[in-house]
Amino acid sequence: MSWEVVIGLEIHAQLTTNTKIFSGSSIAYGAEPNTQACPIDVGMPGMLPVLNEAVIGKSVMLGLALNAEIGRKSVFDRKNYFYPDLPKGYQTSQFNYPIVGKGTLEIEVDGVKKTIGVTRAHLEEDAGKSIHGAVPGQTGIDLNRAGTPLLEIVSEPDLSSAKEAVAYARKMHELVQYLGICDGNMQEGSFRVDSNVSVRRPGEPLGTRAELKNINSFRFIEKAIEFEIERQIELLESGGQVVQETRLYDSENDVTRSMRTKEEANDYRYFPCPDLLPVVITEETIEAISASMPELPDAKRARYVADFGLSDYDAGVLTGSRDMAEFFESVVEKTGGKDIKLCANWMITGFSGALNKDGLSVKDAPVTADMMAGMLNRISDNTISGKIAKQVFDAMWNGEGSADEIIESKGLKQITDTGAIEALVDEVLANNPSQVEAYKGGQEKMLGYFVGQIMKASGGQANPGQVNQILKAKLSD
Amino acid sequence: MHNLTIKQMSEKLHAGEITSVQLTQHYLDRISKYDAELNAYVTVTPELAIAMAEEADKMLASGEAGLLTGIPVAHKDIFCTDGVKTSCSSKMLDNFIAPYDAHVVTQLKKAGMPILGKTNMDEFAMGSSSESSYYGPTKNPWDHKAVPGGSSGGAAAVIAAGLAPMATGTDTGGSIRQPASFCGITGIKPTYGSVSRFGIVAYASSFDQAGPMTRSAEDSAWMLNAMAGFDERDSTSLQREAVDYAADLGQSLKGLKVGVPAEYFGEGLDADVEAVVRNAIAEVEKLGAEVVEVHLPNKDLAVPSYYVLAPAEASSNLSRFDGVRFGYRCENPKDLQDLYKRSRSEGFGAEVKRRIMVGAYALSAGYYDAYYLKAQKLRRMVRDDFTKAFESCDVIMGPVAPTPAFNIGEKTDDPTSMYLADLYTIPVNLAGLPGISVPAGFVNDRPVGLHIVGPYFSETKLLNIAHQYQQVTDWHTRMPAQYQ
Repeated sequence: MSWEVVIGLEIHAQLTTNTKIFSGSSIAYGAEPNTQACPIDVGMPGMLPVLNEAVIGKSVMLGLALNAEIGRKSVFDRKNYFYPDLPKGYQTSQFNYPIVGKGTLEIEVDGVKKTIGVTRAHLEEDAGKSIHGAVPGQTGIDLNRAGTPLLEIVSEPDLSSAKEAVAYARKMHELVQYLGICDGNMQEGSFRVDSNVSVRRPGEPLGTRAELKNINSFRFIEKAIEFEIERQIELLESGGQVVQETRLYDSENDVTRSMRTKEEANDYRYFPCPDLLPVVITEETIEAISASMPELPDAKRARYVADFGLSDYDAGVLTGSRDMAEFFESVVEKTGGKDIKLCANWMITGFSGALNKDGLSVKDAPVTADMMAGMLNRISDNTISGKIAKQVFDAMWNGEGSADEIIESKGLKQITDTGAIEALVDEVLANNPSQVEAYKGGQEKMLGYFVGQIMKASGGQANPGQVNQILKAKLSD
Repeated sequence: MHNLTIKQMSEKLHAGEITSVQLTQHYLDRISKYDAELNAYVTVTPELAIAMAEEADKMLASGEAGLLTGIPVAHKDIFCTDGVKTSCSSKMLDNFIAPYDAHVVTQLKKAGMPILGKTNMDEFAMGSSSESSYYGPTKNPWDHKAVPGGSSGGAAAVIAAGLAPMATGTDTGGSIRQPASFCGITGIKPTYGSVSRFGIVAYASSFDQAGPMTRSAEDSAWMLNAMAGFDERDSTSLQREAVDYAADLGQSLKGLKVGVPAEYFGEGLDADVEAVVRNAIAEVEKLGAEVVEVHLPNKDLAVPSYYVLAPAEASSNLSRFDGVRFGYRCENPKDLQDLYKRSRSEGFGAEVKRRIMVGAYALSAGYYDAYYLKAQKLRRMVRDDFTKAFESCDVIMGPVAPTPAFNIGEKTDDPTSMYLADLYTIPVNLAGLPGISVPAGFVNDRPVGLHIVGPYFSETKLLNIAHQYQQVTDWHTRMPAQYQ
C-alpha cells in the first residue's frame, strides 16, 4: 500500500528594517556581541516596547501579494517561557489576531501548477542567541539579534513532496525579495525554513509529525525532507511509531537526528501584551501600500512573454530576482527597446554567465545597465560585431571602461570602408594563388577559407557582410 | 520650613529668602533625625540632593527657574533613577542600579527638583500596607503601631512626617490613594495614560499609573503639571495637548453634581469612616454642590477581576527577573533550572510569589477562558457602570478604604482581607479613571480620606474640588505632633 506525504512549512522572514521591531537598536548583521542591545532589548526593568511602524507596511505587502486577508486589527501577544536568550521571559508575537490571515501561493513542479494555502503570517521578535565555548565552562548570551523583526509565514499542510516543499519555499523566497521586505539571506538566517513532515495511508488521519529546523539551503531542505519521509515510512512499516519531535539535518551524512522531544506540549500562557496597542489598518493604508507594490514575478514573467516575445525559459531567467529584472528592464529602456531579443540574449549568456562565474550578485556586478546598453547600441549600429562585443564585454567586466572607451582604445571599430576591405581582399587573394585556382576550378568551399583569412588580416574588425560581398565580386571577375 | 505650602516655598526660593540647598538640607536633617524609626526611605541620597539643589539655585539665580525649581522630591523606589539603586523593595533588585531615568524622574529633574532619596513600598508594589518590603515595614507617622497603607506607603509617610515636601507614587489598585488616606495627605491617580510608565518597574501594565503625593491639592496640581504629558517611549501614553492641571483651581462648586453610590456605603465599611466621608460630602454640598444618588451595581466584581488580571500581567512582567542579566542570582547554581528556581524563590517575597502563581494559573491552557477572559469581561462591566453613573453626575464621592490604617501585622496572614482594603479604589483602576484622596478627618486619631472619582481627563475638576474643600477645612495641614 502506498504512503501519502503531508508537509507544512513555517518560514521566518527577517524584515528589512534599519532597527528592531520594538527598539531603536540596529539589526545589522555581524556586530560584536551585545553591542546592538539597548536596555529595551535586554529587558531591563521599566523598559517598554514601541512598535517600529515600518514592519506594518512590509507585512501588509506580503499579505496583498498572497491575496490574503489583512488583519484590520492585529494584536501583539506575549508568549511566555523561560530561556536565557529570551530576555523578558516572553516573546512578543501575535497569536489570535495576526496581521496577515488566510492566503495562497501558486507553485509549479515539473510543469504542474498547484495552489498552496497560507494559513497566516504574524509579526514577532527574534530571540538572542546562546554562545557556547566563548567563555570556558560557561554559556555566553548575545542579545544583538533579540528584537529583530520577523514575519512568520505558516503554510497549510498542502505540500505532498520534498520537491513541492522546496518549490514553495523558493517561491516565497523570491516573493519576499521582490517585495523588498526581506533580503533572503539564508546563511545569515534572514530567511529560515522549518518543515513539518508526516506520512499517512491515503484516507487516514494525519500522522505524527517531525519538525526539521535550522537548514540553511534549499538543496539541504529537499534532502532532509526526503530522508525524513523515508525514515518515517521505514519506521512505520517495521511496526514502529513516529515521535513528535524536532530534528536537525546533518548534511555531511545526509540524515536527520533528534534534537529534542516534545514530551508534553509547552504551555506558553499567551495573552495580549498590555504594553502595546492593537495595530489598526485602514482601507486607505491598504490602498496606499497596494499602489506602492512592485510588479510581482508571475506577472512580470507573463508580461515578458506577451510583450517582449521572449520564451518562457528566458522570461524565467530574467525574472529570477528583482535586481536581475530591473537591470534587464533598464537595459531595454536605455537601448530604446530596439532589439529586446538581443538584450535578453546578452543578459542571459553574457551578463548572467559572468555573474555566475565570479559568484557575484546583480548589485555587485562591475558592468552597469548603462554600460550594457552602451555596448548593445554599438552592436545595433554596426560599430562592432557580435564577436567583437564579447571582447568588449569582457573588458568592461574587467573594469577597463565603457564600451565606447574600450572600442576606441583597442581600436575595435568595425572596418566598413569599402576601399580598405578591397585592399585586404586583394592582398589575401594575391597571397593564395593556388587556392584561387582551386576555387575557380569549382571548389566553392574555398570561399570560407578566404573569408577567414581576410577577417584574420583585419584583426576581426572587417564587416563580415561587406567582406563576403566584395570577395564574391572579385572572384567572379 | 517643612510647614510651608509648595507655593510659599516657591515664592521664598524665587525671592531669594531661602536657597534650595538650605531647603534640601533641612529635609535631609529631618530624614536623619526621624527615618531610622519611620523606615520610609529605602535609600537617601544626600550628595545627589545637595548637588542638584546647587544646580537649582543656579537656575533660580539665572531666572530660568520654574514653579517647582529647588523644591526637593522623594521618588518611590519603583521609579528607575540613573545611578541610584532602584530596588522595588525587593531582594531581587537589592543590587540593581539602572543606567537610565524613568520619564517621571527626567521630568522632575528638568523642573529642577533635587532628589532626596527613594521611598519604601510593598515589594514590586504588591500590597496595601508596605509590609511586604524586603527592607521591613514603614510606620504610619500618625501612629507607629499602624501601617501607612500601600503600596506607596513610604511616599505617604514622608509627606505626612515632613520628610519630603513632594513625593511620587504609583497606583495600580489604589496604591496612591489608600496610603494617602491612611496618612492624611493628598494623592491623585490620573487617567491611565496621562503619565508615562517608561522606567517604572512594571507590576500590572494595564493598571499602573504614576501620580503626585503631596500635602494639598494645589501642590498636587503643580506637581502633576511636571509629571504628565505625552512620551513616545510609552505606547500607552496619551497624545493630548498639554494640560494645565492648576488651571481650574478657584472655580466655584456651584451646580456641581456629586454622585454618591449606595454600593460604596454598604457592608464592610467602618461606621466611623462612613461618618467622616458623609461629613466631607456635606461640606462639599455647602460649597454649592448637589448630591445625587448613583449606582455602581458591579462594584463587587472589581476585586475578583483585579486579582486575576493584575497577577496575570505581573506573572509575565516579572519573568525577566531570572538571575541571568541583572538582579539577584542564587549562589552556585547547579544548572539552568536550578539557577531559575533558586534565584526566583530566594529573590522574591511571599506575596510576589503568590501573585505570580495566581497569574500563571489564570493564563494557563484550560483556565484562560474561565479566568483571564472572564475577568476581562468583568472589567468592562465595571467600567460601563462608571460610564452610566457619569450620565447623571459630574464626579463620584465615597470612601477611599473601608477602615482607617490598620495595625502592623494585623492582616499579613490573611491576604484576602488585605485585598479587600482596596475594594473602593480597584474599580477606578479597572476603568482607568482619575481618582483623588483628600484628607477629610480622623477616626481614633488615624486619618481618613475622601475619595473623589471623575470621568476620563477630569483631573483639573477633581483637583479643584479638593482645593475648594481644602479652602474650608484644615485636615490637610495637620501634622502628627511628634513631627511638627
